[in-house]
Amino acid sequence: MKHQLDYLDELEAEAIYILREVAGQFEKPALLFSGGKDSITLVRLAEKAFRPGKFPFPLVHIDTGHNFIETIEYRDAMMKRIGEKLIVGYVQDSIDEGKVVEQKGKNASRNALQTVTLLDTIAKYQFDACIGGARRDEEKARAKERIFSVRDEFGQWDPKRQRPELWNIFNGKIHKGENVRVFPISNWTELDVWNYIRREKIELPTIYFAHEREVITRNGQLMAASPFLNMDEQDVIEKRNVRFRTVGDMTCTAAVESYAFQIDDIIDEISASRISERGARMDDKVSEAAMEDRKKGGYF
Amino acid sequence: MDILKFITAGSVDDGKSTLIGRLLYDSESILLDQLEALQRSNRKNDDGSIDLAILTDGLKAEREQGITIDVAYKYFQTEKRKFIIADTPGHIQYTRNMVTGASNANLAIILIDARKGVIEQTIRHSFLVSLLGISQVVVCINKMDMVDFSEDVYGKIVADYEALAEKVGLKHVHYIPVSALKGDNIVNKSFNMPWYKGESLLHLLETIEVKVDYSRAHARFPVQWVIRPQTEALHDYRGYAGRVSSGSFKVDDKITVLPSGFHSSISKIELLDEEPAEAFAGMSVTIHLKDEIDISRGDVLVNSSNKPEVAQMIEADLCWMDTRPLDTSLMYFIQHNSKVTRCKIQEVVYKVNINTLEKEFSEDFKLNDIGRIVIKTAEPLAFDLYQDNKANGGAIIIDSRTNVTVGALMLRAAVEN
Repeated sequence: MKHQLDYLDELEAEAIYILREVAGQFEKPALLFSGGKDSITLVRLAEKAFRPGKFPFPLVHIDTGHNFIETIEYRDAMMKRIGEKLIVGYVQDSIDEGKVVEQKGKNASRNALQTVTLLDTIAKYQFDACIGGARRDEEKARAKERIFSVRDEFGQWDPKRQRPELWNIFNGKIHKGENVRVFPISNWTELDVWNYIRREKIELPTIYFAHEREVITRNGQLMAASPFLNMDEQDVIEKRNVRFRTVGDMTCTAAVESYAFQIDDIIDEISASRISERGARMDDKVSEAAMEDRKKGGYF
Repeated sequence: MDILKFITAGSVDDGKSTLIGRLLYDSESILLDQLEALQRSNRKNDDGSIDLAILTDGLKAEREQGITIDVAYKYFQTEKRKFIIADTPGHIQYTRNMVTGASNANLAIILIDARKGVIEQTIRHSFLVSLLGISQVVVCINKMDMVDFSEDVYGKIVADYEALAEKVGLKHVHYIPVSALKGDNIVNKSFNMPWYKGESLLHLLETIEVKVDYSRAHARFPVQWVIRPQTEALHDYRGYAGRVSSGSFKVDDKITVLPSGFHSSISKIELLDEEPAEAFAGMSVTIHLKDEIDISRGDVLVNSSNKPEVAQMIEADLCWMDTRPLDTSLMYFIQHNSKVTRCKIQEVVYKVNINTLEKEFSEDFKLNDIGRIVIKTAEPLAFDLYQDNKANGGAIIIDSRTNVTVGALMLRAAVEN
């Protein structure tokens, strides 16, 4: 027998190992599910880690209310298939409770508000570990984050006080009130995720594939026209063939022009692409240190 | 295609970030928006070209200070391999970060400034690479453009380093003269150094062999989690979930559970719907045994023909990673694979001056100190000697007051009581 793990097998094995460490080390873990391809990949990895048993954690979705309908349909169908527990935290509830204030103006988005809802949901259910689908190749602040990333009771990440992480030994010990964000696919790149999805034949929400959609161009990017986007007479709605490279809030996720209808087309497109994935996220563009600042404040 | 994990060791001034930036840039691993961000930024080299070091500087705090403060991970791939780089700072107070990055690396790139040659930090980095057991070392003699691409300068540094390598016990050392700034011998062979007959850095990284221990003798499987659905259909299902840390297991292999010492044999290996006949180092699987015995997280399954050490008094090399010094009167936690138990440091045998490699005898053990200690654990550990089997020979120390990881241990020998 050939003793060499293909890179996808190695990444998969590492992610399964990390998920099982979460199960073994924490009392009340949760898996943060966004409906995006990275968290969908995590669900597949959790099946590999724990079947035929149940997942030792519920899925948690932080719902901004500004969703692509395709994502919610996908989520509900998936939950039915896997038979696990889903907890939804609504940003609308945080707004109604007066904990956050809806942004105004043209670039208004609920993306920043979801941090509060996330922290409230963590506090309400007393989650001590939250598994997320972030990857180090997405962004330069992420490149420095540990796989087990400890947050204080305010959800803050302190890049200068990270625990050393050696070998495959993950230290999940925390004080009451703290929690750990765990990133099992830290070492995957965008292309790795797509190749894995193809290999495992994982179904995705349809918005990942090219489709005709009404969009407007804003700040040089294509945004899906929707009731959630504040538009004025300068905005011109046009029909374009697009797909989405990430799935976030409708007001902060830009589309790219695409004719990639199948997963093979997407992999070809990404292999040739000169725009990295987070380039299609408006929320990172605000300042060069945008992600670092948001993470310090408790973002995923 | 496999994965090569490597670290780069060098100081702020050796052009380490530039070297990594150059690897990414010349292998076309920089994406358009990153390039735009680079061009927007107003940091340029003296000749007006893009400062590639920006590609690896992640944090606002670092950009302000112009230094690298933590381990940054970078990814790129070529047609032959996928690479994961742990970019570790070379400044002395960040020894702990280098140890962290080195713990998972298959290969280390050690950077030497051609104008300076082998200096104190080179000794430090080489010692740490040896301590952490990285088997392959590439010495990049950088800034060759600043010494007129001189073969003599290169030759002298190689000779100096060979002496150092012998002293710290590094065996597989490769040497490449490079200019990260200009791109010489990074991705493509340099026309400026026709006297250098070896390969470029990238070519070496693509082709170098990574040795992994797949022997049956070193088969080790730390149990992370027990899968027991306890449903009607799966009433008797009991699977041990974990990742093979070294060696390989096959169905019917006789195994011993440690530390309890119970014996059984493997009835089935599972990975979701697949049933591989063999599970080897790196694979995450679920193992079933023929006998029903009491096994839980923290236990390790080993091949019965070759057992690791089982001990509570262990001699180990320690790297201290916390601002609060080691307190030998205090109880700490030790975490070794999936096993966590309490421990005390019984004795500091010696410390190593990592700049001179001389042994020193002192009781105190502070941040970034490295030395030999004797540790006593509350429960027995089933471990291999780090020098024989890294995967089952490393452990961490956790401060029970702060829960922070404060020490890295390379377990070296069981101590007779």
